[in-house]
Amino acid sequence: MLAMNYRGPRRVRVDHKPYPEILHPNDAIVRVTRSCICGSDLHLYHGMVPDTRVGTTFGHEFIGIVEETGPSVQNLKKGDHVIVPFNIACGTCAFCKQELYGNCHESNPEATAVGGIFGYSHTAGGYDGGQAEYVRVPYADVGPTVIPEDMDPDDAVMLTDVAPTGYQAAEMGGIRIGDTVVVFGAGPVGIMAARCAWLFGAGRVIVIDHIEYRLEFARHYAPCEAYNFRSLEDPVLFLKKETGWLGADVCIDAVGADAAGSALHTITGKKLMLQAGSAIALHWAINSVKKGGIVSVVGVYGPTGNLVPIGNVVNKGITMRANQASVKRLLPRLIKHVEDGYIDPKALITHRMPLAEAADAYHIFSSKLDNCIKTVLIP
Amino acid sequence: MKNNRSENYSRIKGWGVDADPENDPTYPMKLYSGDDHQRFNWKRPPQQPETVEVLHSNERPRVSAVFGTSIPPSGLSGVIRRQAFKYSESRFGHWLPLLLADRVNVVEGFFDDLRRGHIPNIFAEKGWKAAWKHNRKGVLMRLAVGTVLAAGTVALLLARKAKGRA
Repeated sequence: MLAMNYRGPRRVRVDHKPYPEILHPNDAIVRVTRSCICGSDLHLYHGMVPDTRVGTTFGHEFIGIVEETGPSVQNLKKGDHVIVPFNIACGTCAFCKQELYGNCHESNPEATAVGGIFGYSHTAGGYDGGQAEYVRVPYADVGPTVIPEDMDPDDAVMLTDVAPTGYQAAEMGGIRIGDTVVVFGAGPVGIMAARCAWLFGAGRVIVIDHIEYRLEFARHYAPCEAYNFRSLEDPVLFLKKETGWLGADVCIDAVGADAAGSALHTITGKKLMLQAGSAIALHWAINSVKKGGIVSVVGVYGPTGNLVPIGNVVNKGITMRANQASVKRLLPRLIKHVEDGYIDPKALITHRMPLAEAADAYHIFSSKLDNCIKTVLIP
Repeated sequence: MKNNRSENYSRIKGWGVDADPENDPTYPMKLYSGDDHQRFNWKRPPQQPETVEVLHSNERPRVSAVFGTSIPPSGLSGVIRRQAFKYSESRFGHWLPLLLADRVNVVEGFFDDLRRGHIPNIFAEKGWKAAWKHNRKGVLMRLAVGTVLAAGTVALLLARKAKGRA
């Protein structure tokens, strides 16, 4: 079968790989029908995530048709077209029982700080991902959800990660009616977080980024105010002035380790790897939120450490909330929101490319060429 | 499009549908069950057989019930990875060797390609076809900078060689 094959930082290709096998009684084999490239795949692509082994297949955002099931699988059958959450969750450990499906303790031997994730390095369990024709899906009775009959597959594939992560970013912000919410990052997750902030009753939503076409997209899609930090001398000062000198009620970091905007962070975090990526978006979020405000973090960082103004977190009494999205928990609500027209995930898709062109697709997405917001690979 | 600070946000489709003023101070991220007080004693799913070498964090007593089997550790990078897993996830001694192993693995991957008779097309793997289509100016600039740097290096080496002879 064809599968994306990581060869080193900024080098991928598509090769023939063996068809995946059932390795556990609750496994399923899924024939992928759509697979996205996620912004967090770029951290892998850029070589920033430890234990990313050459030969790995990326891809944690995919939907597909069940081809085979293990002997204990009861909830799926051959031919089902399913949404596969990006987190691999057992459903029985103490964390899954609390609906923390992004923190399962029975899906990742290599690290205790993160649950298993498809195609996201051995630090996240060493699973091959869905940027392939077929993929092994563990705990098939737990995560995969049959796509409703009238749902567009493009909407469905965006429910595997982008929409739940954006939604949970807003949810973790504890937004109160009329709150001012600032979202750092106008990537797909940031744009979705801005859109979802309204669902929680925000009174004002501001997005900060430096890619002009993405800011323009956010203004229309969310809809919201959007500002280019390159044209602001100091984004924190700008936000203080915009919020009556007190700061935003809620700040969301939807950027993570690849953030631009600070030479210090870029050199120490992205070039020299002395910290786990650039944390300038989180730095700004902490410094832009009001005293007693909430900072919600869904941006992905590496496992070592980052330079952030933790003293300000203490002195301002900030609540920080962060997690990988609990996709399974959120799916019923988000499927309903798509059906009701409250969110339109597929509108974020700007590029549809054959799996065979994965190398070009990664380059376009990484370099933000051709006004790319979100790329879907079709096997 | 200019930034308009709309006061009519309540007209946005879906505005406030998930607001819950009763749920203060914020929304629950977990459904508290108390199960974590039982520590590592839940009824575990059946164990996936270990058919390949799987390194596991020393912060857990055993491998998880399921795990990925892609790319078991091998070669020099595998030696480094095994060493790294002797340290906890809290130590740089765990993560920095893993990053080193990743870079060593890239070189191993290159030679593995050659061993299989495959000469990697680095330009295609880096997506330069797309770069040429969408960012031709950038590609030409990179090529120009690369050429100047290479020419400069060669000139410097030749000058040193000539100086050595004199």
